[in-house]
Amino acid sequence: MSNGYHIVVCGSLVPDPLQTLEPVTTPNGPSLKNEMMLPAALDPWAGHALYEAANLAKQNTETKVWLVSLGAKPKLQQLMMSIAQKAAFGFVPVDGSASGFLSAYDCATALSNAIKSIPGLDMQRLLLFGGWESASRGAGITLQLVGETLGITDQFMGVDSIQPNSDGSFTVLERVEGAMHQESLCAGAPAVLGWATGNLPEPVNNPQVGMINMRTIMPALQKAAKANISLDGVEYASVNLPKQLRDTRVVKDMPVEEIAQEIVNWIKQ
Amino acid sequence: MEKILLLNFVNNQSSDEKLLCEAVAAASNLASELGCIWEIGLVGQSVQNAANWVSMAGAAKIYGVEGDDYASSRYSSDLFAAEAIAKKANATLILAMGITRARRILPALSMRLQGRADTHITAIQAVEGKVQLSRWFYRQRMEAAFSRSQRPWVIGLEPGSFQGKAFQAGTAVVELLTLELPDLLKRTQVLGTKSPAGTTQTIRPDAKLLFVAGAGWTKKQSDGQTHVKEAERLILEFLDKTQSSLGSTKSLVDQSGEGNEVLGFMTHLNQVGQTGSTPRHPKGLATCCHGEEPHVVGWRFINERRAINTDPNCGWARGKADVLYVADAFSVMGKVNELLSR
Repeated sequence: MSNGYHIVVCGSLVPDPLQTLEPVTTPNGPSLKNEMMLPAALDPWAGHALYEAANLAKQNTETKVWLVSLGAKPKLQQLMMSIAQKAAFGFVPVDGSASGFLSAYDCATALSNAIKSIPGLDMQRLLLFGGWESASRGAGITLQLVGETLGITDQFMGVDSIQPNSDGSFTVLERVEGAMHQESLCAGAPAVLGWATGNLPEPVNNPQVGMINMRTIMPALQKAAKANISLDGVEYASVNLPKQLRDTRVVKDMPVEEIAQEIVNWIKQ
Repeated sequence: MEKILLLNFVNNQSSDEKLLCEAVAAASNLASELGCIWEIGLVGQSVQNAANWVSMAGAAKIYGVEGDDYASSRYSSDLFAAEAIAKKANATLILAMGITRARRILPALSMRLQGRADTHITAIQAVEGKVQLSRWFYRQRMEAAFSRSQRPWVIGLEPGSFQGKAFQAGTAVVELLTLELPDLLKRTQVLGTKSPAGTTQTIRPDAKLLFVAGAGWTKKQSDGQTHVKEAERLILEFLDKTQSSLGSTKSLVDQSGEGNEVLGFMTHLNQVGQTGSTPRHPKGLATCCHGEEPHVVGWRFINERRAINTDPNCGWARGKADVLYVADAFSVMGKVNELLSR
């Protein structure tokens, strides 16, 4: 492929997975307790999408990567302190709520508008990347809506691999039922790829990449467009934490044979 | 007055009938609660067999789109067919079982119908005449019930969440829609399905037991050495004897990308938790796992849970498992395999 892809990765921030979350009710609908104080991380599946995009850019120097993120500006700035060192990208922030309880449709509209405004973005070379689901709303809706808004007719979800061919086409592996992959051949960009875990490890931090990224990230944050993300017609009747505390029986000093027998009996019940 | 359309993709797989029975039960129960009619839309290479399965289920009408163009799970053609059926049925509620083929198109379908979509729905009911759905947020960390004002409302049901009903099969009359798929929608060619390269079939969605292997299996043991080959043998033997499904923690799966010695059959598809799956099995046995909240997420829908761990204070097991065996998993699983062989 001579010209490379223009890869736009949609990925936002989510509460750090190690944090305990508690729902609260606000005048604007459900929210997380102390949401603005919670440490945030890049949405894990979107992170995989970013690393896969960066890997494609390494293989073809004409491939460009942008990261489009919706979130509160201060939180996005914090997030960039770590993510900026992982991969080279142009940053397109959108200032708005990243709450999982708010509308995926409003998010998709805001992200679509941000993508359309990227200078130099060639829609015919566009690969729209993101996680196939977020770790917040977890609905697997937003990315597809952005793709539909942009008029993209080829979408792949649960992607674990993309293999570009010399003619611009590419093969994709998508997760399907029964721990299998569906293999498809797509004629080329534009396309939407919602990533699962892919095959790449998290890149090591590269301070030089971080410094280059931060030169454009800070001005971009200052100019971030505002987005009004609403409940969009949803009325929540309840939001509850699961009752997950179990009365664990801790078995110590039991001979291995007895433990094994107990487990076998339990399996056979 | 609501009107329900149950949209279903026919994949010619053994799981088709089970999923269809589950979806039909959800749709017919909701229609009964709302006192409204419901219809079925089928998409696939050939839909008559599936239509016959559900011909006596009470649907007012069955629509179909069939042909070679609709045999495979492809976004463009699936969406094209679903849109045609939805517009023909003109329903206010469009239900679909959330298999990958359906989940991929439901959001765009809602947009083309100028409606809204919600997915991973685990419960659906009529409350004071209003449709109320339940689903999990923040990766199974909290559950919400909600309703929505917009119509049509496209609803992706979470497979395994609804009690299926068996219906007597008959001969269905299907109203087939004749569609001409534009060339623009044939840019993608589905080549087929395949197992992840070089792996053993270790994921069994219908298994009664989920066996989760943690990173401890590849760490140094009490003799100061790693015993990865031994771990592989023990785990595969157990899976073979019990026909259970294998899950893994992220840390164990990630080791393959970090150049460490790994369990050869383990892939990202085995991963449960924050960036993995949240499987549904009646029982779960965790071994050599160390307990973070992300791991618990993967176990949300496991009913009976036991763990084998050398750490009695393991945060995963305390309060999350029913029984924690403080023991060496190598020894215990070796003995378990021996007992299962008798």
